[in-house]
Amino acid sequence: MADVISAPFHAGTTPVERRNYLTEPKGLWSWLTTVDHKRIGIMYLISVMAFFLVGGIFALLIRLSLFDPSHVILGHKMLDAETYNKVFTMHGVIMVFLFIIPSIPAALGNFVLPMMLGAKDVAFPRLNLASFYIYWAGAALAMVAIVTGGVDTGWTFYTPYSTSTDTSVAWMAMGIFIAGFSSIFTGLNFIATIHKLRAPGMGWFDMPLFCWGMYATALMQVLATPVLAITLLLMTIERLFRIGIFDASLGGDPVLFQHFFWFYSHPAVYIMIVPGMAIVSEIIPVFSRKTIFGYRMIAFSSIGIALIGFLVWGHHMFVAGQSQTAVVVFSFLTFLVAIPSAIKVWNWLATMYHGSITLETPMLYAISFILLFTIGGLTGVFLGALSIDVHLTDTYFVVAHFHYVMMGGTVMGFLGGLHYWWPKITGRMYHERLGQIAAALVFIGFNATFFPQFIMGGQGMPRRYYNYLPQFQPMHAFSTVGSWIIGAGLFLTLGYLLASLRKPYDAPDNPWGGKTMEWQTQSPPLTENFEVQPVATHGPYDYFPVGTH
Amino acid sequence: MEWLRSLILPAQGSPYAAQVDTFYMFLVWLSVFFFLLIAGVAVYSVIRFRHKPGDVTPHWTHNNKLEFAWTVIPLAILMVIFVWGVKGYMEAAVPPGDAQEIRVTAKKWVWQFEYPDGTRAINELHVQVNKPVKFVMSSEDVIHDFFVVDMRVKHDILPDRYTEIWFNPTVVGKHHFECAEYCGRGHSDMGGTLYVDDDASYQKWLETGGVDASIPLDKLGSMLYESKGCSSCHTIDGSPSQGPSWKGVFGHPVQLSDGRTVIADENYIRESILVSGAKIVKGYDNIMPVFQGVLRQREVDGLVAYIKTLGNK
Ligand code: HEC
Ligand SMILES: [Cu+2]
Ligand SMILES: [Cu+2]
Repeated sequence: MADVISAPFHAGTTPVERRNYLTEPKGLWSWLTTVDHKRIGIMYLISVMAFFLVGGIFALLIRLSLFDPSHVILGHKMLDAETYNKVFTMHGVIMVFLFIIPSIPAALGNFVLPMMLGAKDVAFPRLNLASFYIYWAGAALAMVAIVTGGVDTGWTFYTPYSTSTDTSVAWMAMGIFIAGFSSIFTGLNFIATIHKLRAPGMGWFDMPLFCWGMYATALMQVLATPVLAITLLLMTIERLFRIGIFDASLGGDPVLFQHFFWFYSHPAVYIMIVPGMAIVSEIIPVFSRKTIFGYRMIAFSSIGIALIGFLVWGHHMFVAGQSQTAVVVFSFLTFLVAIPSAIKVWNWLATMYHGSITLETPMLYAISFILLFTIGGLTGVFLGALSIDVHLTDTYFVVAHFHYVMMGGTVMGFLGGLHYWWPKITGRMYHERLGQIAAALVFIGFNATFFPQFIMGGQGMPRRYYNYLPQFQPMHAFSTVGSWIIGAGLFLTLGYLLASLRKPYDAPDNPWGGKTMEWQTQSPPLTENFEVQPVATHGPYDYFPVGTH
Repeated sequence: MEWLRSLILPAQGSPYAAQVDTFYMFLVWLSVFFFLLIAGVAVYSVIRFRHKPGDVTPHWTHNNKLEFAWTVIPLAILMVIFVWGVKGYMEAAVPPGDAQEIRVTAKKWVWQFEYPDGTRAINELHVQVNKPVKFVMSSEDVIHDFFVVDMRVKHDILPDRYTEIWFNPTVVGKHHFECAEYCGRGHSDMGGTLYVDDDASYQKWLETGGVDASIPLDKLGSMLYESKGCSSCHTIDGSPSQGPSWKGVFGHPVQLSDGRTVIADENYIRESILVSGAKIVKGYDNIMPVFQGVLRQREVDGLVAYIKTLGNK
């Protein structure tokens, strides 16, 4: 059997002004008190984009300061050492906890997951709204930490540095502690929604792969985040009351902190990347107009990652002072967890092969994801290999590696998803050509920024260094110029996305020819998503001629 | 391929570094292969299978054999890499029995090295070529990390335990070490130079204790008064302690416990420092440690000169 492209591309019902979730009910108060998953998703979207901007400005400052070892740019001294340390800490904390973790699940996922399942809303709409306000409560405390002097521990908060520095660590830790609950609530909500609210006829293996990815992510959010919360709480107690838990001078164990921290933060890496993979698994078949290859393998690999991902935290601590046996076991498990990720890449390639491919902006981001994530994954093999990790750990190689995974992976997935669902979310089409140009800029700028960092790291440039040896200057300068190119691409994106909102509704219901349920309703959708309860009559990636299935 | 290695990796200071690099380059080429394979298929698909009106795409849902192959082959390659990595790691973990031992103490933001003979040095490390050397490390405050780039070794330094690394330096000359675990404001300045010396210059360095020969003797003596612990038993202001004060000793008569009286000249002072039990000062116990073999010639000279300056006060 073959898949035939049924509808001509970009076609749909001619959009007209229809009642939809954006316009009714009206008024700011109706937004702030809404329990509609779509509106909460949009409020989350605006919030995470704002923090992406703040975190991004910190990133540009870091790069600017490293442009030259003298830290002088155009006659201006950029940052002093203490400010530099605070800036990279705030960059990390904001990007990880306030942008990337909520970006795909809480913003985009909130919007599309119920629609993909054919549901009216998530299982617990009020819990969903609570999650949003808790997120902001956490973010507010983090802001307090920033204005009361900032934090200079790095996003990892290693003790005893974090319990002895006189910066605003307690405020920041409490901010993250609270924000963690919003993540747990989102996870709980998604698990319940996926179990209970699938449309009639939609079995587990008829769900879009995005839902599988969200399910795996939610499991990790619910199981891992409490450990982070406890860890930060213990650290704060130690800091405030001098009770010895992690601080050796009080009788604690500093390595214990690292075990606790990474027990959360390794799964957190997957909390960040699995949603990106989930989006790519949607975009690739749609823009290849071909059914996904290896559906079950992709679904199971998400779950596999979620489970094995809990057993590899020690790979962040190969030189930190754990037993040699533990080191060897963690290295072994780390190589195992690489396999499910590799499987997904092969499946995406097999889906594109013999497809009917178009290169709109979402597809460009999905392909960027595949290429950059491949580099991130392959360099992860270097870091899993013990004798090489001893040389590379705590250098720029690690910085480059996790940016290839977190930005090259998750952020590319997020941007791909944002463009893919933009017509559904806003009812408007963005400027396609500008979208492609911006995607190209981000791709080029990203590689210019981070590829040289692999080489610097291999040559022994440690991370979190304010001053550096003059031999690294050319590569640091190159990297800084790359960051400007990323910045240009992202500001361009912000510009044309905002510009599209000024237009009247012009998006068709199904601009890309997708087969998942969110495309069966109007753009933008009704408050109750569907006029009648949809029923699953075909798989999420079945590109058959209409009516033959 | 040496040109590529020397482009992307630092100089090699030990046979172990060369082994790590061989492994590293293997992974580089392996990664290049897989990247080209993946990017190749993606780019080929984009070009060859670009959308045309009327396209029909095959309905391939899965292929068990293919999926088995692309699971098992990467797994096998990864297992080879795992074993190779463990082999290297184990070698770096166990120092040879005859390794020289150097104590490393890290604190914000200086390195202190202590040699078996008591020689101490700050931010400057001398080792003898072709002699394996082991570092026993601890921290006085937060976590630091001793990273010797050209030896491809590093390990965190903790406040509550000793950690170890070792290497066998085979390349004479200057190398660099640095702190690789974030430790605050001075983190990026917490580096220093590792000198791998040939046998002769290493001996010479040990004799001078790494102390600058241009420091005047009496100045050196006053430094050693603190650093060698003399100050815990001797004062310099005349007040008594566990031992007699050094004030007004030199050039004056000293009553000994056996009833004799001697004039405290250079030879008496020198003897009192090296083997203090030979002549015991009246009213004191024979508790002073023997410094013979601990202090270097120039250090003894320095202490004598220092005590001399206190003589007339
Ligand atoms: C554990 C305590 C202790 C330490 C440490 C110590 N001394 Fe003494 N020292 C004594 C005592 C007690 C005497 C007197 C008894 C004796 O002559 O043995 C003494 C005597 C001396 C005398 C003879 C003084 C006199 O009045 O005749 C000299 C010189 C001296 N010490 C030098 C040193 C130097 C130099 C150091 C450091 C390198 C040092 N000592 C470290 C306890 C100490
Ligand atoms: Cu990890
Ligand atoms: Cu440091």
